[in-house]
Amino acid sequence: MAVSPSDIEKIAHLARIRIAPEQIDSVAERISDILAMVDQMQAVDTDSIPPMANPHDAVQRLRKDEVSESNQRERFQAIAPRTEDGLYLVPKVIE
Amino acid sequence: MEWETVIGLEVHVQLSTRSKIFSGASTTFGAEPNTQACAVDLALPGTLPVLNEEAVKSAIKFGLAVNAEICRESVFDRKNYFYPDLPKGYQTSQMDAPIVGPGHLDIQLADGSSKRVRIHHAHLEEDAGKSLHEGSFDLHGHGMSGIDLNRAGTPLIEIVSEPDMRSAEEAVAYLKKIHSIVTYLGISDGDMSQGSLRCDANVSVRLKGDDTLGTRTETKNLNSFRFIERAIEIEAQRQIDVLEDGGKITQETRLYDSERNETRPMRSKEEANDYRYFPCPDLLPVAIEESLIKDLQAHLPELPDAKRARFEAHYGLSAYDADILTAERFIADYFEEATTAAGDAKMAANWITSELMGRLNREGLAFQQTPVSAKQLGGLIQRIRDNTISGKIAKQVFEALWQGDGHDADSVIDAKGLKQVSDSGAIEKMVDDVLAANPDQVEQFKSADDKKRKKMLGFFVGQIMKASQGQANPGMVNQLLNKKLNG
Amino acid sequence: MHTLSLRELADGLARAQFSSEELTQHFLKRIAAHNPTLNAYITVLEDHALAAARNADEMRASGENSLLLGIPLAHKDIFCTNGVRTSCGSKMLDNFIAPYNATIVDKLATAGMVTLGKTNMDEFAMGSSNETSYYGPVRNPWNTNCVPGGSSGGSAAAVAAGLAPAATGTDTGGSIRQPSALCNLTGLKPTYGRVSRYGMIAFASSLDQAGPMTRTAEDAALLLQAMAGFDEKDSTSIDCAVPDYSASLNHSLQGKVIGVPKEFFAEGLSDAVADKIREALAEFEKMGATLKDISLPHSHLSIPCYYVIAPAEASTNLSRYDGVRYGHRCDNPLDLADLYTRTREEGFGDEVKRRILVGTYALSAGFYDAYYRKAQRIRRLIKNDFIEAFKEVDMIAGPTSPNPAFALGEKVDDPLTMYLEDMYTIAVNLAGVPALSIPAGMADGKPVGLQLIGRDFCEGDILNAAHQFQLQTDWHKQFAPAFA
Repeated sequence: MAVSPSDIEKIAHLARIRIAPEQIDSVAERISDILAMVDQMQAVDTDSIPPMANPHDAVQRLRKDEVSESNQRERFQAIAPRTEDGLYLVPKVIE
Repeated sequence: MEWETVIGLEVHVQLSTRSKIFSGASTTFGAEPNTQACAVDLALPGTLPVLNEEAVKSAIKFGLAVNAEICRESVFDRKNYFYPDLPKGYQTSQMDAPIVGPGHLDIQLADGSSKRVRIHHAHLEEDAGKSLHEGSFDLHGHGMSGIDLNRAGTPLIEIVSEPDMRSAEEAVAYLKKIHSIVTYLGISDGDMSQGSLRCDANVSVRLKGDDTLGTRTETKNLNSFRFIERAIEIEAQRQIDVLEDGGKITQETRLYDSERNETRPMRSKEEANDYRYFPCPDLLPVAIEESLIKDLQAHLPELPDAKRARFEAHYGLSAYDADILTAERFIADYFEEATTAAGDAKMAANWITSELMGRLNREGLAFQQTPVSAKQLGGLIQRIRDNTISGKIAKQVFEALWQGDGHDADSVIDAKGLKQVSDSGAIEKMVDDVLAANPDQVEQFKSADDKKRKKMLGFFVGQIMKASQGQANPGMVNQLLNKKLNG
Repeated sequence: MHTLSLRELADGLARAQFSSEELTQHFLKRIAAHNPTLNAYITVLEDHALAAARNADEMRASGENSLLLGIPLAHKDIFCTNGVRTSCGSKMLDNFIAPYNATIVDKLATAGMVTLGKTNMDEFAMGSSNETSYYGPVRNPWNTNCVPGGSSGGSAAAVAAGLAPAATGTDTGGSIRQPSALCNLTGLKPTYGRVSRYGMIAFASSLDQAGPMTRTAEDAALLLQAMAGFDEKDSTSIDCAVPDYSASLNHSLQGKVIGVPKEFFAEGLSDAVADKIREALAEFEKMGATLKDISLPHSHLSIPCYYVIAPAEASTNLSRYDGVRYGHRCDNPLDLADLYTRTREEGFGDEVKRRILVGTYALSAGFYDAYYRKAQRIRRLIKNDFIEAFKEVDMIAGPTSPNPAFALGEKVDDPLTMYLEDMYTIAVNLAGVPALSIPAGMADGKPVGLQLIGRDFCEGDILNAAHQFQLQTDWHKQFAPAFA
């Protein structure tokens, strides 16, 4: 499956990764190569095979509803790029 | 042209678990920003989710209460999008295998009829944090938002209805029913002012008789019953105006602005999203055993519909009163406790729906905030029933209880000397005094016809009650007056 | 001291031939001398390590005598270590001081082990040569013009050059086994769910496992013992008893059936490696095991399947790196979109971006069924291959990697060729079964690794076979000459 430069722009936007315009073509080429390799899968009929998400087909364990965490804001915000009054700061969010 | 509005609701209910859905952080409302956001909630690298048992049980209880199928192997999916209040860059939600399958509930309408609304499904998911928009600016003077992640990871059930509602009234009735079910079940505090119950409305319009659905819009930010009603009415009217002007409805997400009472498109949601749902590899399918479902079913409390039916049958209440008194579990419990103390269900119902609720409304208080307890109100009614006080005096006693003067009706009656006078000698003296003081009226009475006499009798009763400061037994006053004037 | 095994170091400490402090000093000196050449460590924790070593010596003096007490080791820089930079080989986390410990970091510290530092790795564990690291490539101690393999290349080089007696690694598609093969180590990828993933920075959640990288199978058993076990913080951790891995090392291989998949000896395998693997298999026959030709018919689909599932999971696992709460943030973002796109453009390297884009594509509307769902179905076929095979054999053997170490820069510009280096390891991650790599000889002076694959939760079986092999051979005792 070949992806076009405009496909790359679309998925780069979904993934919020800026790609310099002069690189879009080469990225598209690389990704097309990978998808072409991946397309070997299409030759196999898997209609009757249930998808496997976990190698053990295990089921979820449940946690008791208990509060086990205490306030560590200072420690956590010591590694934050920008905070003020306990809030993480970002450029204005527009709704 | 006659238009029909078609409404489907997506209701988000915050579950009142102690800890979050995937972490051990507290869910208490109103804490200092980010003091209840733990490593998992902040999506620190390497952290992993573990599912809260109580959230699962709460969802199952809801499913059972709306007659729904419970999914035996429910799956959590990642819903991928970037937003600063969403730390992982995805919301852990459910798409293909939600925990609660199709169900239904019945809503009661003002005309006394009821209507069935189908529930498409309900799923478990995590809440996002909050963006606060005031305050800082960066070097270039661009505004900044502050992110508080205390709410991130709070468990939610999202209840998705079928597009079965046809008016804002029906939508509100549906939402009220959801509210009463979740509060009856005790799985949510239902506090809309704190965002515990939030609603998005999918609204479309079509010509009456048309069976295809029109293009819908999704209106967000509906956080009170009143706003929901107004937003739906306004959005439906906007769509009708657009269509009647020959325009087309755009499928979009809109925001309700309660101050301007209008809906407008949300800028941030303009672009078509591709959420790339896929099963979360950090969580495994949730296997729900038959035994757990049976156990939860067996311990389900009496739900609003059953309680309403019982109130009508057992207490002889009108459908209207039963509806009001079962809207919340707290009110229903209050009514039953007051009835026990009063010994008369209808009187208790009257006092609650008129006197108490009227007063709460005027003061802007929630029912839970009533200063008069069920026991106090029941005791008060008891004293009306045994003729210790009249209905009129009872209102004074109620006022005193409301103000906190006295711990029960009896102590108020004693302290203020409000006991009804039923001593025939004392009343006879009052009657004689009033007749003697109003000789002209007595003469007029004697020459009047029956119709006029009835009116004039009221005048004398009023004078006597006034003289007794309302404490004379009105039955005895009437009896004596009749005897003396007609005698 | 730096050529001794964990077992030998434990004996030395127990007999007071040296103290933990002396041992730690020795390794720190070697790191100072050789790390500039090898670039195996991103962060060296000199003060922290010496303090921990002194503490271990005090505990030993007061009667504590647990086996691993006072023995140094290195952690791959993918495990969160409280108060220490945890970079995951990425500019994105260059400034990230982890505020908590990964479960296995806690476990090994509780066992008394001394952390020397954090080892270099491919960025977010995405690579097979350690060339995608933000901190520059690691060199192979056996030939410094060659790659050490990846993504746990720093751990492999550190142990192979005697800059640590053992190290932790992680393996999503071969990232423990392939560098172990290329650096002459014993490296084990446990059964999925055997070792907690909590605090291990996620690449592909349904494939990632942490494991030991050591000189011997005996050491791997010791280290795995300390790492393995149920963790309530990891929903995918399996609550099943951890056996005593050392106790089964000396079981006889008499009568054991070893499956040899024909697909592992087909096109792509270099002759030099094939020869060494056949010699190694013959060694097992000498010990009484039977070789049986088997087939894993869907092996050829493991790379295509993996390059959908791993990038898909990675694409969303890496969405959290947004410049808001920790890690890199671009300067002066104009608006929210600029904050996201520029932070991620600057913070991620090319291979990481490539995989995020592939994964995003595979999950996007219209392609999900053809890629992600399809890959999940293929994954079951691959798992079923192993289930069928293990009905007839006790374990499976073959090459770990098709080639010995290749030259730095040789494949870095050709992702598809690089991906083929993992052709024998990836199926194991997709199936979730345990596997290890052990030294099996030299080709042109470069180590060759033999892979042993076991049944789910049967790490003990493959450790047993590996140990028996190491009793008969001395490949694992060979030490990179330039660093002896």
